[in-house]
Amino acid sequence: MTRHLRLSGLEPFVLTPDIPFVNVGERTNVTGSARFRKLITNRDYSAALEVARDQVENGAQIIDINMDEGLIDSKAAMVEFLNLVAAEPDIARVPIMIDSSKWEVIEAGLQCVQGKSVVNSISMKEGEDAFRHHARLCLAYGAAVVVMAFDEDGQADTCARKTQICERAYRILVEEVGFPPEDIIFDPNVFAVATGIEEHNNYGVDFIEATRWIRQNLPHAHVSGGVSNLSFSFRGNDTVREAMHAVFLYHAIQAGMDMGIVNAGQLAVYDQIDPDLREACEDVVLNRREDATERLLDIADRFRGGAREEKVRDLAWREWTVEKRMEHALVNGITEFIEADTEEARQAAERPLHVIEGPLMAGMNVVGDLFGAGKMFLPQVVKSARVMKQAVAILLPYMEEEKRQNGGVGRETAGKVLMATVKGDVHDIGKNIVGVVLACNNYEIIDLGVMVPPQKILQIARDENVDVIGLSGLITPSLDEMSHMAAEMEREGFDIPLLIGGATTSKVHTAVKIAPRYSRGQAVYVLDASRAVGVVGELLSRDRKAAYIDTIKSEYIEVTERHERAERAKKRVPLAEARANAMQIDWSGYTVPAPRFTGAKIIDDWDLAEIAEYIDWTPFFRTWELKGVYPKILEDEKQGEAARALFADAKEMLQRIIDEKWFGPRAVVGFWPANAQGDDIHLFTDNSRGDELARLHTLRQQHAKRPGRPNVALADFVAPGGTDDWIGGFVVTAGAEEAEIAKRFDKANDNYSAILVKALADRFAEAMAEMLHQRVRRDYWGYAADETFAPAELIGEPYQGIRPAPGYPAQPDHTEKRTLFSLLDAEAATGVELTESMAMWPGSSVSGLYIAHPDSYYFGVSKVERDQVQDYANRKGMSMDDMERWLAPILNYVPTAQEVIAAE
Amino acid sequence: MTLTNSDPARRLAALAHERILILDGAMGTQIQTLGLNEEDYAGHGSGHACRHHSEHPQKGNNDLLTLTQPQAVEDIHFDFAMAGADIVETNTFSATTIAQADYGMESAVHDLNAEGARIARRAMDRATAIDGKQRFVAGAVGPTNRTASLSPDVNDPGFRAVTFDDLRLAYGEQVRGLIAGGADLILIETIFDTLNAKAAIFACFEAFEEHGSRLPLMISGTITDASGRTLSGQTPTAFWHSVSHARPFTVGLNCALGASAMRPHIAELAGVADTLICAYPNAGLPNAFGQYDEGPEDTARQVADFAADGMVNVVGGCCGTTPGHIAAIAEAVAPHAPRQMRSEVAA
Repeated sequence: MTRHLRLSGLEPFVLTPDIPFVNVGERTNVTGSARFRKLITNRDYSAALEVARDQVENGAQIIDINMDEGLIDSKAAMVEFLNLVAAEPDIARVPIMIDSSKWEVIEAGLQCVQGKSVVNSISMKEGEDAFRHHARLCLAYGAAVVVMAFDEDGQADTCARKTQICERAYRILVEEVGFPPEDIIFDPNVFAVATGIEEHNNYGVDFIEATRWIRQNLPHAHVSGGVSNLSFSFRGNDTVREAMHAVFLYHAIQAGMDMGIVNAGQLAVYDQIDPDLREACEDVVLNRREDATERLLDIADRFRGGAREEKVRDLAWREWTVEKRMEHALVNGITEFIEADTEEARQAAERPLHVIEGPLMAGMNVVGDLFGAGKMFLPQVVKSARVMKQAVAILLPYMEEEKRQNGGVGRETAGKVLMATVKGDVHDIGKNIVGVVLACNNYEIIDLGVMVPPQKILQIARDENVDVIGLSGLITPSLDEMSHMAAEMEREGFDIPLLIGGATTSKVHTAVKIAPRYSRGQAVYVLDASRAVGVVGELLSRDRKAAYIDTIKSEYIEVTERHERAERAKKRVPLAEARANAMQIDWSGYTVPAPRFTGAKIIDDWDLAEIAEYIDWTPFFRTWELKGVYPKILEDEKQGEAARALFADAKEMLQRIIDEKWFGPRAVVGFWPANAQGDDIHLFTDNSRGDELARLHTLRQQHAKRPGRPNVALADFVAPGGTDDWIGGFVVTAGAEEAEIAKRFDKANDNYSAILVKALADRFAEAMAEMLHQRVRRDYWGYAADETFAPAELIGEPYQGIRPAPGYPAQPDHTEKRTLFSLLDAEAATGVELTESMAMWPGSSVSGLYIAHPDSYYFGVSKVERDQVQDYANRKGMSMDDMERWLAPILNYVPTAQEVIAAE
Repeated sequence: MTLTNSDPARRLAALAHERILILDGAMGTQIQTLGLNEEDYAGHGSGHACRHHSEHPQKGNNDLLTLTQPQAVEDIHFDFAMAGADIVETNTFSATTIAQADYGMESAVHDLNAEGARIARRAMDRATAIDGKQRFVAGAVGPTNRTASLSPDVNDPGFRAVTFDDLRLAYGEQVRGLIAGGADLILIETIFDTLNAKAAIFACFEAFEEHGSRLPLMISGTITDASGRTLSGQTPTAFWHSVSHARPFTVGLNCALGASAMRPHIAELAGVADTLICAYPNAGLPNAFGQYDEGPEDTARQVADFAADGMVNVVGGCCGTTPGHIAAIAEAVAPHAPRQMRSEVAA
């Protein structure tokens, strides 16, 4: 890693060569800022924090904090201010420079900062031993140091003294103490020039030359300085001072000064200084003429009192509505205006409570959402709670007054909330935050602390007559403890609400494990502190409580059911168990007529116009991403117009398809005597059922079922041996012409018609399948000869029997199409081919089996386990690898484990 | 007067140069499977009677099991060692006067740490007698349950429930106990407030000075939520800058997140830290019932991705990880070379 100075606040700071100069904010320095000194002396810390915030907003990359003032306890002030800064994320994001001439103040400061800070300063003024000692401590606290060019003889003034002291300090730090050289910042002393004393005239040059020498000779070390000293003799003339600083920095930075304590808001730009003034300043700073001081003094008056523009904070948000302003203040943790805004909102509101329930809660909900999304972090949320607290403090007297006028006495709280971290758990940060947020909203909080046994919670709840109990826990065993607590509340006859919160708790756990144990009252999961007020408010509201609890109850029932469903869906039962739970059809007395023929038969008497009557248009619209049921979709508010236009085009093309006979529909259908055996269906050559012709294999559901629900396979719907049953099969296609026609449209650049004709061909194939199925029921097989459904009625599949297709949920194995196709000799009969991935070509084709039993239904096999796949592969005579490849989408296990073993 | 490094430190450094080292898994998760009750914890029923007395219930005080159920603790260490851990953590996560105050067990702190290190050492020696592999005992130093840079009282942001010096003294007592019991290194872990960790580092420096040699330090922070920051608000890089003065043997992250969620933060640290990187994530996130669903293979696959991308030098597991997880992680990272620091790459 390159040796750069690496500091941190909440965020990192690296002094890379791309940064020519680090601006250290000086306004939080009681010796540099009269205003800050006054604020600290008056203990006005919130205004003092605003000063720090301003500096960071104005671009200070590090802030210098100095409390060296004779009238205050510097150490206590340093600790207090740093602790407050730590609670302000927008200030604490930058590193801190802990500035004091007293080591004990510095050390107290070092104990308050989590980031890597800079100590300003240590030196050899008390000799080498003290210097070593302080340096070692800085190292142990993890801070960089500013080293003043100061030794037993005093502050170094000349370039020679400066470089000699810095070199000596560098050797001690790097070679003896083991201090990282990149963490050393030398301050070779900026002294006042143009004082009228001749010896001072060269101080600017001495600093600049010492800087150059340090940067060339003391590797990785940095150079800093307090710039304002330079212009001390021009106090009161800020224009001249700023010009002197700018000129000085311009030259010192070129010499290698890479850090400085300057007022970022008050620095002239070198190029924009009046040329006369700039030249006069340069003469002084660089000691270029003997009369430089006089010349600068001569022209100084010309620039006295030049207007200085203070940078102003962006307060555009103050123009917003009061609700938005309050939200902004909550999200950004700004307390400055909250009192005025709250007052304004109160005056506009009917009751003071409405301000809390309205804009304040709305703002806190935004905070909750941002925190949940990772866009705010905890210290920021804590600040938001503080803004909330101040707002509530404004409202409280009005609420009490309102109460008094209504005949109440004393301070009326919104309710009493008992809070505790459960037995066995010692985590309480989150619980404390919830407590504070609730307290901010006028609830009385009784906090029992951590590791509280249930009996103590209940005892105090009873003694204090509390309205709500809130339990918190972070570690996982606390979940059981909370369930136990709920049962205890039930047993002891409580009925007050029980709030559940903490990192491991969840709505699901509360709904499934806690709420059912406490039927007298309601257990409610609270996601985070920002939600607590809303939840408690609802639970304690006389008007809204019942409705709120009803909502929670029905939500928890739904959550519980979803959870149980999901659990069941995840669980798989062994194949043997699934088979034992097969669907049990009572076959005794079951009869079904024999089909009119055995074997395959080509059907070629198709009338396109008749097929068109069987078209189900709903899937047609879905193809075009118009979601809705035909014919209602034609009147749909949003999609209706598009649907009507599309439908008109489709109807027009449909007519041409019929009139011009674009398609040549073909179909083949067959029937065979069949009986189920286990999960397979055996097909016979004739009704003597002696010679097996083929075997269809089916897959069985393996998910854990509720009692009374079978693990079904298609074979369950076919009679076992001893009862005469049959099975049918079919392939239909709208014809290969569709592809040709679509290609013609494409060539003519009419993609719309190309897609339209394909979509219509698909509909024709499906309609043929529907129509053929009806003919099968009424005529070819004839088990429902009296059926009289009109074409449109068939869409709801009200009829007896099913026509499941291989590759669909009831039989997800596409390879079963091979058996079906060979039974029907389907390719010769219809021209439909199976591709290597078992897709049918042309695409507008449909195939399937016919099953007649009235109890048969469509179902999904869903995921299956290895035991069934192995069994199924054996039954089909396929290798396990092949089988797993074909069934990959429905495997409930990762088949690679065996590959790994094989590879070893 | 710079302290020399201990002998195990040199062996550890040499080993880390050769391959990715394996840290153990979750002590707490293993203890939970034992289903101990109050009596077992306090040592009244089974196990050893504890000579330290407290009026507080002790169930949940896992560290106390070092004194009351030493064999169970030793066996857990042994199982992790045999699963492939090069480094095991002592059962001392909460063995400071601050954390033990909740159990009224402050007086037991020295014993908890010294004995905690001895038990881990015994388990390592048993394992080494079987397979000859050298193993190391890391004295585990947890965060305590107080924060030095956050106020527990939102009304009073300047308030602190614990000071740097409180923590320095408490950690000092713990670390001295760990050194006395023979810990080879110190692991400051699950850091959610960096100022607590800085107090622990300071205490280590003081203890090392007394001891006369420097033990390797492992430093492990915790990214607690979706903001990608520590509880006290630091980014991973800011965290590294704050602790780099410890010149740790490793810096890294543990707990709170599963491996995939931890990945971007480990990648960030690996990009900025000029020391070895250590990652020991949870076995995913706990489900709604507080159980960790992620199986050994799942966790191992994700941790192996860290290794394949050259981001880590030491890996292990935190909450929910079992000896099975550690064995799977050890196997999964074995083919991968340890991360090289940028200076090494340049050299």
